[in-house]
Amino acid sequence: MNDAPQTGEFAHIGKSVVIKGELSGSEDLYVDGNVEGKIEMRSHSLTVGPNGNVKADVTAKSVVVQGKLDGSVNASDRVELRKSALVTGDVTTQRIAIEEGAFLKGKVDIQKEAGKAGSASS
Amino acid sequence: MAVLSDHGMKFFRSSTNQDAVPAAPQKLNRRSSGMGEISRLLNSQEALCVLDIGATSANNIRLLTGKGHKNYSEDLLRASLDPALRGKDENGNIVVDSKKFLDENLVYGNARFDVVLIWNLPDYMEESLVKPTIDRLWSVMKPGGFLLAFFHTRDAGPDSTCYRYHVTGSDMLDMQEVKFALPGRPASEKQSPRLQRVFNNRHIENLFRDFASIKFFLARDAIREVLVVR
Repeated sequence: MNDAPQTGEFAHIGKSVVIKGELSGSEDLYVDGNVEGKIEMRSHSLTVGPNGNVKADVTAKSVVVQGKLDGSVNASDRVELRKSALVTGDVTTQRIAIEEGAFLKGKVDIQKEAGKAGSASS
Repeated sequence: MAVLSDHGMKFFRSSTNQDAVPAAPQKLNRRSSGMGEISRLLNSQEALCVLDIGATSANNIRLLTGKGHKNYSEDLLRASLDPALRGKDENGNIVVDSKKFLDENLVYGNARFDVVLIWNLPDYMEESLVKPTIDRLWSVMKPGGFLLAFFHTRDAGPDSTCYRYHVTGSDMLDMQEVKFALPGRPASEKQSPRLQRVFNNRHIENLFRDFASIKFFLARDAIREVLVVR
């Protein structure tokens, strides 16, 4: 599946862009370039594209990873690791989906919301 | 490849069997007495800390986190194949830097584990990394914690398929062939790792000599299961 944004509703960091520092925002973010530092999207989603290389602790509502992510991930809703994902860091979320072929080095901590159960799927 | 010594082990590196036809990826399953004991523990206690050092398995993460346990994943076999770990000694022999390996892997801060699943890692890992890895695992396990390992018997050949294991919640395991780019080979050319050696029982006991107890389960598929208590 291609998660590249099709509309202007996403902020888009292209693959030739390098950012060092703290990123925060009030719209969904698609990163296909290099980001080093910290990413805080709180109530929005972060997608790391297939060319993305993120070295940052991430806080977002949902996180989808197709590329490389080094850092802890804290997603209030869900995390998806696609088959090309290379993730090194601890993941804390309510739900996680991992495709066959994805690589994860770190802890998975499912924070259950009342009445809901954590899940992971291939 | 590490400089090797003989401690009662049988090595296969000189094998030249090039005729084996790679099987299509498929999932098999096997009954595991060791996993049965681990499953009883996982089903009877809450909030255990589990370390799975096989290939990333969504199945295992789902099952373990679904039972309320914390799951740590770390693909140690893949990590052990990192070309950056390889250098040469004064005689020109290729050696693997176990210190660098342990600086970069099996580092968990204050986390201590109730259960460690190492599957068939020792049979496929570079020999020079095996003992340091087991020693590190001892240091990150809680007293009374369980470790499950699989060792091939002498009936296994050098081309024995390297499997990854998916926990199903009972004593059954789904098995899936492991394939990835090996050192010195193109990234596009994925292969199954080769069996490096067969440990005899005495060597296995020495490997885990710092642990409190060790129990062997013999299986019919040229595998000995070993359940070790820290």
